[in-house]
Amino acid sequence: MTQRITVIDYAMGNLRSVAKAVEHVAAEDDEVLVSDDPKLILDSDRVVFPGQGAARDCMAAISDHHLNRAILDAAQSKPFLGICMGQQVLLNFSEENNGTRLLGLFDGNVHRFPGGVAPDGEALKIPHMGWNQVYQGYEHPLWHGIEQDSRFYFVHSYYVDPVQQNLVAATTDYGVSFASAIATRNLFAVQFHPEKSADAGLQLLQNFVHWKV
Amino acid sequence: MLAKRIIPCLDVDAGRVVKGVKFVDIRDAGDPVEVARRYNEEGADEITFLDITASSDDRDTIVRVVEQVASEVFIPLTVGGGIRSADDIRRMLNAGADKVAINTAAVFNPEFVKQATERFGSQCIVVAIDAKQVSREGEPLKWEIFTHGGRKPTGLDAIEWAKRMSDYGTGEILLTSMDRDGTKIGFDNALTRTIVDAVPIPVIASGGVGNLQHLVDGVKQGGADAVLAASIFHFAEYTVGEAKQFMQDQDVEVRL
Repeated sequence: MTQRITVIDYAMGNLRSVAKAVEHVAAEDDEVLVSDDPKLILDSDRVVFPGQGAARDCMAAISDHHLNRAILDAAQSKPFLGICMGQQVLLNFSEENNGTRLLGLFDGNVHRFPGGVAPDGEALKIPHMGWNQVYQGYEHPLWHGIEQDSRFYFVHSYYVDPVQQNLVAATTDYGVSFASAIATRNLFAVQFHPEKSADAGLQLLQNFVHWKV
Repeated sequence: MLAKRIIPCLDVDAGRVVKGVKFVDIRDAGDPVEVARRYNEEGADEITFLDITASSDDRDTIVRVVEQVASEVFIPLTVGGGIRSADDIRRMLNAGADKVAINTAAVFNPEFVKQATERFGSQCIVVAIDAKQVSREGEPLKWEIFTHGGRKPTGLDAIEWAKRMSDYGTGEILLTSMDRDGTKIGFDNALTRTIVDAVPIPVIASGGVGNLQHLVDGVKQGGADAVLAASIFHFAEYTVGEAKQFMQDQDVEVRL
């Protein structure tokens, strides 16, 4: 069955890589769109919400593109995958840019990493950049075929801290144990970049494309 | 825990990989897409393309190379060589690069790095530093920045320069020892350690890798966050997978 998967375009970040990776795992007759049109987004079968850059710039871009409503609607109604800033902006408030109000779909804040030195003596540099392990908190269709503690590619300085702990679908250690994935009935949002995480990332995207909610 | 990264580097001239890639079973060893695909299959954590095209007529070629690679290789890609303007950066990022490495343009116009990190974000700006030891034997170690493949001194002290680039927001430093580049006798680990201790951002060690122990030494002695190598992988002396296994056996955290 053919389906439409829309990657939300609000001019923040490397959408091309996300779209290419989704195309790579989607069925041949699936339609992969990159769009900022709220109507197209809400007419889609699945929505991917990527994002890079600073919190304030992201929120301003979402607002400039009149996407607040469409993002919140899609995030509550259809298979929805948030990536990087596309995970962070779903919370209430970020410490970034001297404090930035976010979309507020989930209670909780976005904190900056403490940095410092790990118990083994390694410096915890900021940004957290590179391949780190993702500990799957429970079985979920999006983890299908992905080994426990697999490594994914991260680039970020802030992390989400949702109030409702049952949202947390995976954790990662970097000085603190943070929620590298959160999930609801129809939403999955990750801090790492599946589109840059080689086989594990492609598997997750493929699982998303087939996810029945 | 965060893994140490292994980054194969490809020199690309007018759209072709140079310095001989000797995989036995790929059809076209000069095709950057095929070579990148192979490195990805072997488990490379990132791939760096260094565009060494001399003719400006051929400069667009690297953009098409990046587009093709980014369409089928889903790991971070860095492009360096000839990055001189915000337009150059935007073209590379739009083509699918995740990071650009700025070298000569940073030396001639340091503000360019500041503007680039403000505009595009620290995470996609790498400053490439070519350093050469200038202290004599018995003197305290001192390295200077060189341009034009190590031929032109700039008078810039490597430590001061690295700190300045870090203050300007660069996300990473790609540190090449011009004394070791091409020698296969190992990284200049004293140089790496000095820069790692001077800046709070990740440092990629480069220049001099001849065997797998050198990669381990770069991490353990040099303190590098990532190690970059070209010839040991190009000539199929070792696969990236073998390198990672070797490092893991020496207790270096890697992605296997």
